Amino acid sequence: MVNLKIDGKDVSVAEGTKVIEAARMANITVPSLCYLKGINEIGSCRVCVVEVKGMRTLQASCVLPVSEGMEVFTNTAKVRASRKTSMELILSDHDRQCLTCVRNQNCELQTLSEELGIGEIRYEGEQILRAKDLSSASIVRDQNKCILCRRCVAVCQNVQKVGVIEATNRGFNTTIEPAFEMNIADVACINCGQCVVSCPVGALSEKSEIDEVWDAISDSTKQVIVQPAPAVRVALGEEFGMPIGTVVTGKLVSALRDIGFDQIFDTNFGADLTIIEEGYELINRIKNGGKLPMITSCSPGWIKYCEHQYPEFTENLSSCKSPHQMVGAMIKSYYAEKNNIDPKNIVVVSIMPCTAKKFEANRPEMVDSKGIKDVDYVLTTRELARMIKQAGIDFVKLPEGEFDPMFGESTGAAAIFGATGGVMEAALRTVADVLTGQDLQNIDYEAVRGSYSGVKEATVNIGGRDFRVAVAHGTGNAKALLDDIKAGKANYDFIEIMGCPGGCITGGGQPIVPSRVRAVEDVFKARSQAIYSIDKGLPKRKSHQNVSVMNLYKDYLGEPNGHKAHELLHTHYEKRGLYKD
Amino acid sequence: MACKNCDSKAKLYKELDALIQEHKGSREALMPVMQGAQGLFGYLPKDVQILIAEGLDLKLSDVYGVATFYSQFTLEPQGENVISVCMGTACYVKGAQLVLDELKKELKVSEGKTTPDGKFTLNATRCLGACGLAPVMMINDEVYGRLSANMIPGIIAKY
Repeated sequence: MVNLKIDGKDVSVAEGTKVIEAARMANITVPSLCYLKGINEIGSCRVCVVEVKGMRTLQASCVLPVSEGMEVFTNTAKVRASRKTSMELILSDHDRQCLTCVRNQNCELQTLSEELGIGEIRYEGEQILRAKDLSSASIVRDQNKCILCRRCVAVCQNVQKVGVIEATNRGFNTTIEPAFEMNIADVACINCGQCVVSCPVGALSEKSEIDEVWDAISDSTKQVIVQPAPAVRVALGEEFGMPIGTVVTGKLVSALRDIGFDQIFDTNFGADLTIIEEGYELINRIKNGGKLPMITSCSPGWIKYCEHQYPEFTENLSSCKSPHQMVGAMIKSYYAEKNNIDPKNIVVVSIMPCTAKKFEANRPEMVDSKGIKDVDYVLTTRELARMIKQAGIDFVKLPEGEFDPMFGESTGAAAIFGATGGVMEAALRTVADVLTGQDLQNIDYEAVRGSYSGVKEATVNIGGRDFRVAVAHGTGNAKALLDDIKAGKANYDFIEIMGCPGGCITGGGQPIVPSRVRAVEDVFKARSQAIYSIDKGLPKRKSHQNVSVMNLYKDYLGEPNGHKAHELLHTHYEKRGLYKD
Repeated sequence: MACKNCDSKAKLYKELDALIQEHKGSREALMPVMQGAQGLFGYLPKDVQILIAEGLDLKLSDVYGVATFYSQFTLEPQGENVISVCMGTACYVKGAQLVLDELKKELKVSEGKTTPDGKFTLNATRCLGACGLAPVMMINDEVYGRLSANMIPGIIAKY
């Protein structure tokens, strides 16, 4: 341990700890902007400067390691003046359109400006006006709000290993953008949105579809049907001041009803349906010598990463559509037929923890031969929160609502789809029962849970056969796993990959947690505990126990992986290059 | 008949490949490889940057970021003759802007660009280190000092 003094308080911390974190342990929040613990530690914004006894200049506390006997002062006149100057310079080249900004009241720059008492900006210098990049179906880039902190670059390059944005040019002309001034839609961006949840300001946001959804709800000729993903119900409450990891399923349903959706179905139903299709696909591939390992296909960020970076693995991808696309396809076919509604007059809206789902819903493979899309609009958890606020709904006081019956039932297996390892565990619960013909009771596959390891491996014995499985979350970890397979160092039967670190619960469409909260709270852990509590609390925890799903097969789909199921619930992939010519 | 230009182009790519192979997978070698590539091609076109990125296990955005950060790297094809007008303090005070303006007028080209016939590229540079001769410009490796605007047409005519 290293002993030091911060503002006169004795602090004892582990060697290598940065001064900003040591200060936090002494209950002192050093303001910071470019710093994102564990992801971006580059000392570039100079907002976190502190005075250190014996050092001539101010030090950036986010990169300064503690040392024995160090004396740090975080709130001196010199420090305050320096932070203020740095903030004013950053603000002088920022568009300062807070009132109309998507991050109004959840902006780290705005918060700091208030906390540091920036009353005026003395530097009225030149500003470069840049056009917004609206090319992507998922992500909007507004360089006029960018403060060049490089958090997005760090997460894209180092965590996700996608690396499509970088600092380009120099000095005042510096921008964060793809090479050769290409649009974000023309490079190998996977739309994961990890850049969006890392951005301290409004420079990166999802492509909003709120207006389109309000228009559909107002249109009396349309039946508007909504479905929320498993991960939304353990995060939405944060947008209304509830603690991280609060389960708000019932309130979510009530809010959707109050907004005016005509039917409220559950993507968790689709998750159970996915497990039946994907489980049988795995069994068929194993029995019939199909391509192995089979890799899950629920995460559209991962799918696009695979198509761009590892096209040789596209045949390993399960052909199953993702759960919300399956629900969309069932609404536009089965539901429409049962209720005698023209699918043209149905609008399906998915509430997702994900920005990549917006791209997915617009893929040509997700539109049928008559031009009917499975899912018409995708809203992130954040966009739904905005709609709830716009509708004047007091979310916290809402009663507990119930999903509508046709596609509203779900099991614990579906609930855990939201966390890394969840799809694997859900699949194993069903595959084990199908292959052994028993109702197995030991169904908690702890080895594939959690986010401590980027790649999790396990060997599971089912009916005398060993299944080698692996789970990776975040495309950077997926890359490591796929490289090992390519090099012949690893071999598996079944792999789950989620595009975002931690899986959907920490997806790019989830509520944005400020960097100073992320530094002290394990957001993944809190949300995943909520997810597993839903699983534990349900009477049925295996997808094949979902009576509505099994009835759907009897009544409409026929056999799992059968002709009709294939037509409606499966898809295909394309090999994409890394660069557009 | 084989295309002579194509042969020489193919040779350049072969040399680039050799350079990349020498530093295969080594991210630290980015700057020397980029300098070498610019030496071969005269500039850093997109396809060359892609080859460098893939060879050194980097992303295109990394290579492009470095290429646009350092003024020594250029993304534009360079003319047969590269004119560098010194805009350092001494030259600037002595009227380098007038020299640059005259060159723009004479060559009908803007700063950093190349004439349509590919004969000249006009660049403004930082201090060339010949302040005693201010204002100064270089055409390729030739230094021209104590310039005035009226000398420009005569100098250009030599090329």
